[in-house]
Amino acid sequence: MYENMEMRQVFAQELDRYMAADRRICVVDADLSKANGRSSLHKKYPDRAFNVGVAEANMIGVCAGLSSYGMIPFASSFTPFATRRVCDQIAVSCAYAKQNVKIIGSDPGLSAEFNGGTHMSVEDIGVIRSIPGIVIYEPVDNTQLVQAIPQIIDYYGVVYIRMWRKVTPDVFGPDYKFDLFKADVVNEGGDVTIFCSGMMVAKAVKAREMLAADGIDAEIVNVHTIKPIDRTTVVASVRKTGCAVSAENHNIVGGLFAALAEVIVAEAPVPMEAVGIRDRFGQVGKLNFLVPEYEMTEGDIVKAALRAISRKQH
Amino acid sequence: MDFRLKAKEIRRSIIEMIGHLGVGHVGGSLSIVDLLVVLYYKHMRIDPKDPKRAGRDRCIISKGHSGPALYAVLADKGYFDKSLLLTLNQPNTTLPSHCDMNLTPGVDMTTGSLGQGFSAAVGAAKAAKIMGDGARIYTIIGDGESQEGQIWEAGMFAANAGLNNLIAFTDDNRCQIDGDTDDINRVEPLVDKWAAFGWNVIEVKDGHDVDAIDKAVTMAKRYRTRPTMVVLHTIKGKGVSFIEKMGYPNHNLNLSKEQVALALKELE
Repeated sequence: MYENMEMRQVFAQELDRYMAADRRICVVDADLSKANGRSSLHKKYPDRAFNVGVAEANMIGVCAGLSSYGMIPFASSFTPFATRRVCDQIAVSCAYAKQNVKIIGSDPGLSAEFNGGTHMSVEDIGVIRSIPGIVIYEPVDNTQLVQAIPQIIDYYGVVYIRMWRKVTPDVFGPDYKFDLFKADVVNEGGDVTIFCSGMMVAKAVKAREMLAADGIDAEIVNVHTIKPIDRTTVVASVRKTGCAVSAENHNIVGGLFAALAEVIVAEAPVPMEAVGIRDRFGQVGKLNFLVPEYEMTEGDIVKAALRAISRKQH
Repeated sequence: MDFRLKAKEIRRSIIEMIGHLGVGHVGGSLSIVDLLVVLYYKHMRIDPKDPKRAGRDRCIISKGHSGPALYAVLADKGYFDKSLLLTLNQPNTTLPSHCDMNLTPGVDMTTGSLGQGFSAAVGAAKAAKIMGDGARIYTIIGDGESQEGQIWEAGMFAANAGLNNLIAFTDDNRCQIDGDTDDINRVEPLVDKWAAFGWNVIEVKDGHDVDAIDKAVTMAKRYRTRPTMVVLHTIKGKGVSFIEKMGYPNHNLNLSKEQVALALKELE
């Protein structure tokens, strides 16, 4: 039902519904309210949807103050300015102070396209993941996002939402049931687990089809919540398949690969291969240039899966 | 109430608290005592029996290292038992160096990373406006802290948002850790800066004169349109002459038993 809608539109439309019902929900922007689709909320709720201008540190600090008063503020910016630029404000005023602040970063990783290296966050998950107590959620499609929003509102605490901004293909069908703290087994399989998040989920599903043509049965697990990671699902899957691939739109240092490795090394060591940004900065370009340039295509996932399988001890 | 006597009592309490451990943020705690006394014993609408009451006035100490001054006041107001004051910075204490709203009853915001409490105060003032509960938000920043860019981000927004329920104070003691503020990176003229940022500004030449502080707060509460900055010219370490004389090195101080005794004698 949300096909061909931009994720930012869907997010704003859903927030509008919840804001109408709950006066505690606030929207705070730092000059990217239009970019993040929230200007309609500013018009409709002028008292609690507002702009602090190009001042991200103050945006996060104001949100912490709103939260200290019992409000539920949703801040937003592009991923690098919503995280690395305001790392200390998030750490001290939000997480350490145990506030209920929700932070939306949009255009993660390569999806910043023509904004290039300065705007292309390769490190936002790593930065936030190393601060105690913050939930990191990366939506896959609109079907998942609309179910996630009420759970994020109901959860007391800091949540970082790594939001795709524009149209994204549907992965989940109408029967999909979302749990913020439980990874989704999208497809079951027995030969290799492909753990994936965000835009890489659709690619992983295609990679699975390509592997199936070679008689390889891949399991696809969407780790939409990178922290706290769903250890049970991760461990159960690799115990079954015996090897793993991670596919993420982020530096493999500090991101999903690292988060998975921390669990798998400790609980069920198996060969692992990583698909993602390999400790490089971004650059300008459309995704059809960037994705192959950073070796993050469906084909790259297939190759990684074959490498992981070949490393299994028989 | 005699604010002067109360301020002396609070200063004794700070010296005892920090003296018990032998080290702590003495200077910046002593410089805000008179202000805290005027706020907590006269102006703030609060209930020590119900520290989290909705719609209460709040005071956010953005210069979070002045926690000991606030703790002395909160204990005296009855938020917690005075015997706890001697647990300052001991293992598992509820009274850490820097203010922590999740540990200490009566603390309204966790602070310690400079500049951030001021933004939080602006957010709280905005929330009070949204809720329409009439609460006032008081906040205290330092002159050294005013070197943080976030102070000016928050200041610009607070004025533009018309937060007349926000009353801020600069503890302008002209000292910071590495030296005199004027030598490190001058922030003056603060009165002109805040006026240029669209705030009502009240200058209190003697920031330890409780009557002058009281008058300034009374005036600030009457302003209808904008937030107010009260610039208090203060002395770091105020009230204990040998500590005052040290100047900026009194920021974080080791206190010997003899020094504690000497200080308490002066504060009798």
